[in-house]
Amino acid sequence: MSRRRKLEELFFTWMMRSALAIAAAVLFLILGVIFWRGVGTLSWEMVSQPPQGAFYLGGGGGVLNAIVGSLYLAAGSTLVAALLAVPVVLYLHGYLGNGRRASLVRLSLDIMWGIPSIVYGAFAFALMIFLGLRASLLAGIIALALVVLPILARTFDEVVTLAPKQLRETTFALGATRLEFLGILLRQTVPGLLTAVLLAFGRGIGDAASVLFTAGYTNDMPQSLLQPVASLPLAIFFQLGTPFPEVQARAYASALILTIIILGISLLAHLSLTRLGRNVIR
Amino acid sequence: MEITSKTTTSRKSAQLVPIARHISPRRLIKELLARYSMSALTSAVCLFIVVIGAALLYRSWPLLSTYSLQEILTSQSWHPMRGEFGFAPFIAGSVAVTLMAIFFAVVPAILSGIYLAEYMSDRVRSVLKPTLDLLVGIPSVVYGLWGVLFIVPLVRDYIGPWANTALGQTIPLFSRTNPSGYGLLSAGFVLGVMVFPLVVAVTEEVMRATPREMREAALCLGATRWEATKLIVRRQALGGVLAAVVLGFSRAFGETLAVMMLIGNTVQSPQSLFDTAYSLPALIANNYGEMMSVPLYESALMGAALLLLTVVLVFNIMARLVIVRVQR
Repeated sequence: MSRRRKLEELFFTWMMRSALAIAAAVLFLILGVIFWRGVGTLSWEMVSQPPQGAFYLGGGGGVLNAIVGSLYLAAGSTLVAALLAVPVVLYLHGYLGNGRRASLVRLSLDIMWGIPSIVYGAFAFALMIFLGLRASLLAGIIALALVVLPILARTFDEVVTLAPKQLRETTFALGATRLEFLGILLRQTVPGLLTAVLLAFGRGIGDAASVLFTAGYTNDMPQSLLQPVASLPLAIFFQLGTPFPEVQARAYASALILTIIILGISLLAHLSLTRLGRNVIR
Repeated sequence: MEITSKTTTSRKSAQLVPIARHISPRRLIKELLARYSMSALTSAVCLFIVVIGAALLYRSWPLLSTYSLQEILTSQSWHPMRGEFGFAPFIAGSVAVTLMAIFFAVVPAILSGIYLAEYMSDRVRSVLKPTLDLLVGIPSVVYGLWGVLFIVPLVRDYIGPWANTALGQTIPLFSRTNPSGYGLLSAGFVLGVMVFPLVVAVTEEVMRATPREMREAALCLGATRWEATKLIVRRQALGGVLAAVVLGFSRAFGETLAVMMLIGNTVQSPQSLFDTAYSLPALIANNYGEMMSVPLYESALMGAALLLLTVVLVFNIMARLVIVRVQR
């Protein structure tokens, strides 16, 4: 092999390796900066108490309202999205196969995935005006459900695609209807569904643009579906927006809390795919 | 049923008839009910996109019927209180920050995607992919905070002064127009980090969808791996790689919070890398509180959302159609 070709190969291999290495370095830099700046102000008070009076001027309290609010928002929207996505994905696999309509459905889900969450927020806001709804947990759940629906559906879809083809043939050979086959398919793919749900939950908990106008913000703990609710990303954003260094420091701590939650969920999602998958027929 | 439904000529009848003779009415009714409700649900989900577009169009109609489209898109003056709604500075800001993100992200992302698909063993990839997924999972507000804590001081104290003395005097693009560190460069870099994993994932997917034979033939003829990769990209995957870039562009175009925290939010068309600007999503997010006070204001913000949706839809549909073709 000529020298020039060898050099070219070496050059590009190292370019590619360094691109990946830089990406990994940036990831750890992000996590490092967030951890380093957040850990100083992170306290038990931060995670166990709602804000007290003058919280945004440096008063006492924590961001429990936002943590709980975010969990409610993410859980509610993931539930709604799952109730819509699971039948759609099962229909895709049970009835549409690989036809034109199936690829149209996948295309629209992919496109929905690409729509920015601020657009979903604006749409949900228009819907709220139409229905006469105020900024509330319910409205936030609706907006967020639209954001996570394509994520959940496409992830679950990928998992169902991996299910063994023989399962289908065996079930039909035993005289099952398509619906009964779908029940068995669902049982086979539950670990994958769990992964998809966790991914959607993680995305939902971190999304701020869609809940900005729809869920509102409040210093109280979430009480009912029709009351405004705080969320962790917005808590970070608002605390950072104040001119007081001690409140901004709390924003760093809140960001650390959010990051830890997200990392935990990612880890669970990863584990659910590798560990729970052991009992599935392949 | 499986066998009959595979023959495409009589698919419709094949789906309805065969098992019906053997099963009890209860199972049949259940089956039909489930089939039709699931079919309706699937169509409804696909129609969401249309519904969203229609709702935004409806809400922004007061603005669109008052001013001409050209006026809205090209006017530089944004004074809602005086009833002037020019989107041009926001479009310029969004495009500038997105191009910046693409500039930072594209080359490393494509190289990484190729490396993941062509060079890496399955074992190493199974470690590296979840790490990349972590980058996707980090919320945009955390990226924004990282930008505020790390990138902004870096730009303010080091990159800004350096670029200004080295290049700024001769090239206006590099002149340090504001000393704060917030602005296009900071926002663009953080945005680049955010779209990086998306471009990597799509590039990898596209590269892996290309047929093995071409790669093997090239390697057999004594090509190096990089030469084989070049061949595959040129013959098969170029469209898909471009589609990955377009998808990254549209993702960056709609990103809200991180950009809003870093871009500086001043209504002007940016001239320099260090200029502050304003992006379309930030416009919507920043003004939702006060929009009820002025007539047409809400309509203008909904118009901004509609514009965002249109751009993203066009880019996404193009890119996805290309990807589907490459994969086939």
